[in-house]
Amino acid sequence: MIRFQGVTKVYPTSARPALDDASVEIEKGEFVFLVGQSGSGKSTFLRLVLKEEKPTRGQIWVAGKDLSRLSHWKVPALRRQIGTVFQDFRLLPNKTVHENVAFALEVIGKPRHTVAKVVPEVLDLVGLAGKEDRMPDELSGGEQQRVAIARAFVNRPMILIADEPTGNLDPTTSVGIMRLLDRINRTGTTVVMATHDSHIVDSMRRRVIELDQGHVTRDQSRGVYGYAR
Amino acid sequence: MRARFVLSEMAIGLRRNLSMTVAVVLTVAISLAGLGVAWLMREQVNTMKDFWYGKIEVSVFLDKNVTQPQRLAISDELDNLPQVEHVFYESKEQAYIRFKQQFASEKALVANTSKDALPESYRVKLYDPKKYQIVASAVELMPGVDQVADVNGALKKVFRFFDGIQRAALVVAIVVLIVAILLIFNTVRLAAFSRRRETGIMRLVGASDLYIQGPFVLEGALAGLVGSGLALGLLALFKIVLIDHGLQSAFGSNITRYIGWDTVLYTFPWLTLLGVVIAALISAATLQRYLRV
Repeated sequence: MIRFQGVTKVYPTSARPALDDASVEIEKGEFVFLVGQSGSGKSTFLRLVLKEEKPTRGQIWVAGKDLSRLSHWKVPALRRQIGTVFQDFRLLPNKTVHENVAFALEVIGKPRHTVAKVVPEVLDLVGLAGKEDRMPDELSGGEQQRVAIARAFVNRPMILIADEPTGNLDPTTSVGIMRLLDRINRTGTTVVMATHDSHIVDSMRRRVIELDQGHVTRDQSRGVYGYAR
Repeated sequence: MRARFVLSEMAIGLRRNLSMTVAVVLTVAISLAGLGVAWLMREQVNTMKDFWYGKIEVSVFLDKNVTQPQRLAISDELDNLPQVEHVFYESKEQAYIRFKQQFASEKALVANTSKDALPESYRVKLYDPKKYQIVASAVELMPGVDQVADVNGALKKVFRFFDGIQRAALVVAIVVLIVAILLIFNTVRLAAFSRRRETGIMRLVGASDLYIQGPFVLEGALAGLVGSGLALGLLALFKIVLIDHGLQSAFGSNITRYIGWDTVLYTFPWLTLLGVVIAALISAATLQRYLRV
């Protein structure tokens, strides 16, 4: 589903590569944690998957497509197959829960009757049934993240990318979010989650890829966050 | 394509940036009106030239004591000039009759003018009225010639005046057009900035350029359209105030013709198209820089 082959990314403003000759293969339906310290290359990895950045060297395949051969106008089609969730939720503050989720469908031109049918379904899935008309600032952090997940998943993407989705949440709420991501993974969606949260990684026992200064230093199925450090 | 969605996004954008949008509308209006005025002045000058050049003849007035051989020499000289279409002779009597007709309403003037007060003359019609100077210098100094009437010289001043207005309108139009382009550039940039959350999410969920940039480009085009509308109004005002009430009532319809509404209306679709296309193009070009997918 996602394949990196000898990928190096050097930003123009930095001498050290953010990602250095990284090779990773993630299969369809996997749940993968991306761990490592700040600046280890996790975010760069995710941005490369979304083709928000181009690799300096190496090749990347996402959903069967060679990103270096993907023309500019096909990037939106790629991104429709990838849902994205961030630490800071990124909801539109002047839209209701329902409108926030519907927005993701409207901007890719889905007809109104589809939006009307699909949005309540996904809101039900993430456990926000009955809160459709709330504004984001009336919700708790965990609920806001659920809205963001609903928005990322409403188009049934093949891949869900989560960049520190629990970074702003307390441990109990985080567990709820992880259950939700796990449930989404069980529908066949590949989930790639960058995180700092050792408890979550240790309790989930899923594949762990560790990055350190741009290098892949560990790739372990059913792994833990780190060796006792 | 969900037109309703794009239109509602456009409406939101316009409302948020109202003052900038108004500035864009006004500058587009002024610059297009300037272009329109320059065009109309050009047409007005052409209309006048057509009218006057059709009538212009060079008058070679003869001395009181001109002799028959001198007359013939002058007539030969004029006939042999390649610029001359034809020459006809006006005697003192003919001149007096024409004078009486021309000033029929001013009886005192006619009564006080004796029959032989008016000079005899050769009226010369030229192929190209602008070649007047060649003809004048050829006969000016010949014996028997009193003076060559410099009708063209007076016209030149009038034409220079209209040329001046035309050029001034063009300069204003170009300067204001640059201002309009910079304003559109800034407005779109501000709009893009104020909606960066929305556009960020749109990019993330895979909205196409059409959806992301469409509302902004439409905003620009709409501002251009309203601006063009205002410009057309200004142009109509120009025609009514300056041409119909200004020129026409000052000079009347005998000495020249004026541009009609057909000329003014002809500019309308072009100016509208120009306004909309420029505004939309600048918006799109700005977005290429500030809303990369």
